[in-house]
Amino acid sequence: MKHDITSIIKRYNDDPTRLMDILIDVQSALGYLSDSTIEQIAKILDVSRVDVVQTVSFYHFFARAPRGKYTVYLNDSVVAGFYGRENVKEAFDAAAGIKFGEVTADGLIGLFNTPCIGMNDQEPAAIINERIFTKLTPAKARILISGMKAGKSIDQLMQEVLESNAKPSLKNSMIENNIIKKGAVIFSDYIPGSALKKVLNLSSLEVINIMKNAALRGRGGAGFPTGMKWDVARKIHSRTKYIFCNADEGEPGTFKDRVILTAMPKLVFEGMALAAYAVGARDGIFYLRNEYRYMREYLEGVLKEMRADRLLGTAICGKKGFDFDVRIQFGAGAYVCGEESALIESAEGKRGEPRDRPPFPVEKGYLQKPTVVNNVETFGSVVRIIQNGAAWYNGMGTEHSKGTKVLSISGDCANPGIYEVEWGFSVNDILKMAGAEDVQAVQIGGPSGSCIAPNEFGRILAYEDLATGGSLIIIGKNRDLLKDVVLNFQRFFADESCGSCVPCRALTVVCVKLMERVIEGKAAKTDLDDMISWAEIMKKNRCGLGQTAMNPVISTIKKFRELYDKKITAKDERFNPGFDLKSAVSDYDAIVGEK
Amino acid sequence: MGTFVKFYIDGKECIARHGTQLVKAACENNIYIPTLCNYPGIPPKGACRICAVIVNDKAVTACTTKVSESIVVHNNTPELEKFRKSVVEMLLSEGNHFCPSCEKSGTCELQALAYRYRVTVSGFPYMFPFREIEAWHPKLMKDHNRCIQCKRCIRGIKNDQRKSIFAFGKRGTHVEINIDHDASEGISDELAQRSMDICPVGAILRKRKGFDVPIGRRKYDNKPIGSDL
Amino acid sequence: MTDKKIIATISLAGCFGCHMSLLDIDERLLEFIELVEFNRSPLTDIKKITRECDIGFIEGGCCNDENVENLIEFRKHCKVLISVGECAIMGGIPAIRNTIPLKECLEEAYLNASTTIKSNDKKIIPGDPDIPKILDRVYPCHEVVKIDYFLPGCPPRADLLWEFLYALVTGKPFEFKYQTFKFD
Repeated sequence: MKHDITSIIKRYNDDPTRLMDILIDVQSALGYLSDSTIEQIAKILDVSRVDVVQTVSFYHFFARAPRGKYTVYLNDSVVAGFYGRENVKEAFDAAAGIKFGEVTADGLIGLFNTPCIGMNDQEPAAIINERIFTKLTPAKARILISGMKAGKSIDQLMQEVLESNAKPSLKNSMIENNIIKKGAVIFSDYIPGSALKKVLNLSSLEVINIMKNAALRGRGGAGFPTGMKWDVARKIHSRTKYIFCNADEGEPGTFKDRVILTAMPKLVFEGMALAAYAVGARDGIFYLRNEYRYMREYLEGVLKEMRADRLLGTAICGKKGFDFDVRIQFGAGAYVCGEESALIESAEGKRGEPRDRPPFPVEKGYLQKPTVVNNVETFGSVVRIIQNGAAWYNGMGTEHSKGTKVLSISGDCANPGIYEVEWGFSVNDILKMAGAEDVQAVQIGGPSGSCIAPNEFGRILAYEDLATGGSLIIIGKNRDLLKDVVLNFQRFFADESCGSCVPCRALTVVCVKLMERVIEGKAAKTDLDDMISWAEIMKKNRCGLGQTAMNPVISTIKKFRELYDKKITAKDERFNPGFDLKSAVSDYDAIVGEK
Repeated sequence: MGTFVKFYIDGKECIARHGTQLVKAACENNIYIPTLCNYPGIPPKGACRICAVIVNDKAVTACTTKVSESIVVHNNTPELEKFRKSVVEMLLSEGNHFCPSCEKSGTCELQALAYRYRVTVSGFPYMFPFREIEAWHPKLMKDHNRCIQCKRCIRGIKNDQRKSIFAFGKRGTHVEINIDHDASEGISDELAQRSMDICPVGAILRKRKGFDVPIGRRKYDNKPIGSDL
Repeated sequence: MTDKKIIATISLAGCFGCHMSLLDIDERLLEFIELVEFNRSPLTDIKKITRECDIGFIEGGCCNDENVENLIEFRKHCKVLISVGECAIMGGIPAIRNTIPLKECLEEAYLNASTTIKSNDKKIIPGDPDIPKILDRVYPCHEVVKIDYFLPGCPPRADLLWEFLYALVTGKPFEFKYQTFKFD
């Protein structure tokens, strides 16, 4: 066992900045990271044990205790809830004879919850031993558990629950791509390498100017101009620069990167190579969320092919000095790592805590070197812009939002899936496309975005109106918006706060408590006023997660006030409705045996 | 060392070397910007957010901001002071701060800021989280009830081999400080004392030490924090 | 009829230290009783509020149902309620138990403590209609009823109590002074 650990760490040259890879590999060899394992890792890396613990304990896929030979991570996203997740959970519970959060006594099966795994179009879904199981039902849960008890392999388990009409997007998978509408930028015909060949005759500045002329903005949600970012990196003199692809798609409701990476991986890697050409970088790091670990072999294979085709590696397309390669860096379960500086910290083997800026990553990023971080979709767009020109790209979209956007549409609609549309479509257009009727609300851009009511469905998707990273969750009239959506989102933020900034760490938890009170009808009007006033406090958090972590409650109090008012039943303001004597003495009654 | 630059805090003209930390530069110009996670001599972290200021119309933390030519800083505004008071209140709510029984009462920076802002009661619900007390170490004690997760111990204390004695564990509301068995073995009394002193609250204590200054003569008994400027 | 303000005082889950601090205003007590009339209070030994009051002085938080009942009575009959001291404000020392489940607290107190382990051989945790029921945790007063003012301290300094009450009764302005604003 000790030998395993030593050889794994050797693989990463005893480098503490590769701690994430080391921990992932050690866990996959040994099943979990015991105290003594951590001790050994610390010893070999010559760091304190607590330094290893601080990374391990930050990420929810790292296990400090065994989590079962079969480990089920059942998604607990809002849309999973819409599609019967609770029944599936109960079926797992009953069949395995344990509760979620526990492992069977024989160590065979562990059941755990996990936040959105990027499968909103085929819920309820679960990760079982790094494989994704989609469209689960109570019956399938029972089949899976009995299969586990019979010692079946993960492939066998998958075969047993795979529906006959399923069209898996990858070998050994039951995930469907669900590309419903293809657009001109990402999902169109593509010959790998054509953009790379085209830039060989251009200077790095010319490439950047094309990006600037195309007015390409980052597709992760923040919308920073890509050309400008690259230009800063290009101008900095440094022998080492890094190109990062942010594939830590963690915003609940978003799954477009998953589909782009499955359908068009070369487009993305080629985009990274173009960025490398433009800024003068040789090393690319592809940070992929652990939920997508099932793609590892597939993507490694794609990279290998591209190296063989001289689209990566040394002397790309035969051009001397154009060297660039990509390695895949996995995360281990932390939404905040989607924030670019947290992602870099994580890639350095640390806790995914966002950094203070300045300096910006583009000045001092990975290992303090200039680092360009772009989203999967951004890199994809880059390739097309080189191929077809800035004017072509500029011809699509609105005045301030050029090109197309890949949308992840899920929830209460007939056709959940991927839609690539030009910027400027209205919410109404999109609802029609997706076949959604009787819509109560649409959550735009995930929990950190905003929840809009029907009177705003005429608004358009664009940076100048409804900016979005691409997730639209459609919420039908039959849903309990506060309980099924807002509370779920607020719990998500409380779980995913890194804990660095005081307002985010404290108020995400307080907010869950107050929302529970609202839902129970035990809140006062002043509780609502308080929560609204905290929006200002949250703006002073360091990162985007913290700044938006109360958006679910704030945006719904503003737009669905009547739902909240209905829950405020207390009449006499002298008494706090949050206090309930009956429940406050119920523990005591139980202890002394009083009915 | 950088050249001297002129800048403005609440309209007052100030002078400091280019690149000086804003908190320090303000201090050099006799202006107090409240801090909590900041500690002179160790790298700033911008964790508590209490030193939030407005620099050229943008909200930033003064501990992580460097002075440059002609920057315009707003510090003592009602809005910022209200926010700072909220930070203290949030910290009082999220932990278990029973001042009457705390060794650091009277010298605690969180308490001193609460006094400065006249926090009578927290505007946020008291959470009463369960938190551990660790007393296994021969010289140190950790009372996690009082920890405000400022990272001063993590950033400022290393052992003779420059290894971490303290590090964070977990995340979000569950964040805690872990003490390393090996790295803290045999630490000197002096380092133990420094660990206690670097902690702004009573979360890290030196064993057999405390309550040694009578009430009325403790650091913040008579004068508010920041009033020595 | 007198134009004196009517004040009622009570110690809920407190130690009477705040009341002692009130007595610590010393000779100013004479001035005080010219301004106020005490209704229900340990100082008068009146057990129930007998008339509508102007001021309710609350020491201690709520640790049992009797505390809650009393606090509600105060809220109903007092125009203004003041949480006096750390216990009323945030639970104080009794609330140290709030992080531990009630069952463990009671088992420690009645079954496992070295002082009770031999004497309580029937292993009884007392539950009787005559004794108050213990709440799941200690509640700060403002979590149960609306509180108008908060006076910190353990106990609040006598000078603080005097200055505040004097200002409240006479309608004069009041400001917290640094020297008397303490949590311990």
